[in-house]
Amino acid sequence: MNRPARFPFASRLLHWVMAALILAMLFIGIAMAASLTDYHRLVTIHEPLGLLILVLAAVRVINRLLAPPPPLPAAMPRPMRLAAHGSHLLLYLLMVALPLVGWAMLSAAGYPILLLGTVELPPILAPDAGLYALLRSAHTVLALLLFATFLGHLAAALAHALLFRDGVFSSMAGFGGRRAAAARRIRPRASA
Amino acid sequence: MKPRSSTPSPAPSNPYRLSSLRRRGAPLALAGIALAVAAVVACFAYAGGWLSPDRLTQAKVMAAFDAANGVHPGFRRNHAKGLCIAGSFDSNGAGERLSSAAVFQPGRTPVVGRFALAGGQPFAGDATGTVRSMALSFRPAGGGEWRTGMNDIPVFPFRGAAAFTDQLVASRPDPATGKPDPARLQAFVASHPETAAALALIKARSVTSGFADDSYNSLDAFRFVDAQGRATPVRWSMVAAGPVVAATPAEASPDDPNFLFDAMIRRVAEGPVQWHLVVTLGQPGDPTDDATLPWPAGRERLDLGTLTIDRVEAEAAGNCRDINFDPLVLPPGIAPTDDPLLSARSAAYARSFTLRAGEPKQPSAVQLQASGKGS
Ligand code: HEM
Ligand code: HEM
Ligand code: HEM
Repeated sequence: MNRPARFPFASRLLHWVMAALILAMLFIGIAMAASLTDYHRLVTIHEPLGLLILVLAAVRVINRLLAPPPPLPAAMPRPMRLAAHGSHLLLYLLMVALPLVGWAMLSAAGYPILLLGTVELPPILAPDAGLYALLRSAHTVLALLLFATFLGHLAAALAHALLFRDGVFSSMAGFGGRRAAAARRIRPRASA
Repeated sequence: MKPRSSTPSPAPSNPYRLSSLRRRGAPLALAGIALAVAAVVACFAYAGGWLSPDRLTQAKVMAAFDAANGVHPGFRRNHAKGLCIAGSFDSNGAGERLSSAAVFQPGRTPVVGRFALAGGQPFAGDATGTVRSMALSFRPAGGGEWRTGMNDIPVFPFRGAAAFTDQLVASRPDPATGKPDPARLQAFVASHPETAAALALIKARSVTSGFADDSYNSLDAFRFVDAQGRATPVRWSMVAAGPVVAATPAEASPDDPNFLFDAMIRRVAEGPVQWHLVVTLGQPGDPTDDATLPWPAGRERLDLGTLTIDRVEAEAAGNCRDINFDPLVLPPGIAPTDDPLLSARSAAYARSFTLRAGEPKQPSAVQLQASGKGS
């Protein structure tokens, strides 16, 4: 079996573009919630960017179903596998949930959602101030959970790169040409 | 399952064993990972303001309101005492050449709004000298909602949110007397000449008898943007259409702590009340970033249409109580200026709205049934 040991190109492209966007969103969000001066400027970036992430997340889920990731190294212990799969699932859930909660909370607050000063998004909930308060808290809690999960993800990715050196990091990070890809083709281990 | 490996030859030892941490370079790698994670956390903390105790945040403004007024759960942190209003706006079409906003096309737009008294105490007694406000949400059928909150003073006493907040802190009640310390307030004004100048203009205004014959001003400057993208700096006002009666001290009626609101309720029961939406067009050089400064007299003023208020309602779930009259809810065709108050107001109103939306509610001091009994 000659399956490439790397994520398909579309998966890597989506991963890195979205990693940059989601990290930017976390920083923009936390900054705007604690700044009077930059609040408006940041909100006008936060909302359209968040919805772009929702669209990209949908594309990404479809892409993952069509182009599954390469398997994890066979020697990886079960708890580590579970942690990897569990945290990836959580990351996928949060990158869909956060923009949806953002959209829903603005709907419940009764705000018109005007993107880039031109496109008006329809509400997805009827106005309800009490529900808005709940969703607004949920947005904060989920964002902090996403940030914490990201920190674990970052530490794990670097551990794969620097400690385990098991090819997991380069399966996502590698951006070489075809030759580089060929060099990373799977070779069954003696132990496998 | 097939393992992934970037090394051509099978690894001799299992890298996932704890013993592999004894490998040369492993402690360095661990330290690098810890450093990377710590660096990201530090940047996040910086962005969130935790490392900048001097940054003026929404939380600090809310704390200043609480210190000055006490905490009144469920109520707005400012302009806490209010009455819901509704009606319509008839545009005469004169605004079309300046702004592409749907509300300025000829025709009628439904409006909901709120009258209020400035100040964060929802049960304070009405007084003729208190700043009155009119907040409106214009809701054209095809979208393009426009919200605005206006006060009945000619200029705003503070240039930015920092001055506003410092003043709130200066006006917090002295624990000894239960009243603001006049010396602290004087010290604030002395260190803010723009506030002293604005207060002089505010004191010189003519105070009307009530909400119905009062006029309300945007104070902040905005930009009207036409279909070609040309922008005009503007300030707008709702100017009372009916006769204006000056307030007399006799009007303060101590037996009705809600006499201003109750008079408005009775006035609407008699028939609709009207205002003209008048925009003042700024000229190059007119300050758009400083609401403490009036624009020069003689600027062109345009009447864009008539606001008719024909309904009043006590604050309740789902009506004006649950609306945030954020001054930056603007339709295409109206845009913010460089006025620093605008972003600050948007941020503070959102936080005030979030807090009160999640708090238990109690009825407003202003109720329709009670108004008949009022003096
Ligand atoms: C907020 C930012 C990020 C998000 C939301 C994110 C999300 C994800 C998700 C959902 C997967 C699983 C892919 C799948 O199995 O379909 C993944 C894999 C991966 N990510 Fe990230 N990622 C982020 C940032 C990063 C960063 C900064 C790094 C590197 C330092 C990184 C390195 C990796 C690696 C090496 C994999 C492959 C894991 C495997 O082989 O299963 N990610 N990421
Ligand atoms: C991946 C997507 C998103 C991420 C990571 C994210 C992250 C954040 C963060 C970290 C905050 C600050 C929370 C706090 O400190 O309380 C925040 C606030 C906020 N977000 Fe998001 N968000 C996302 C999507 C959205 C979307 C799609 C919308 C709306 C369409 C939205 C609207 C808001 C609003 C209105 C606030 C609160 C601003 C305020 O305090 O007044 N977010 N977000
Ligand atoms: C940085 C300066 C300012 C701060 C921090 C501030 C703060 C607030 C807050 C917290 C509220 C309550 C919002 C809510 O819960 O819905 C409010 C209401 C209001 N403010 Fe300001 N404000 C500022 C400047 C101004 C200016 C310049 C105007 C000019 C017209 C203004 C007019 C109003 C009006 C009309 C309301 C009542 C809106 C309603 O009835 O819902 N404010 N303000």
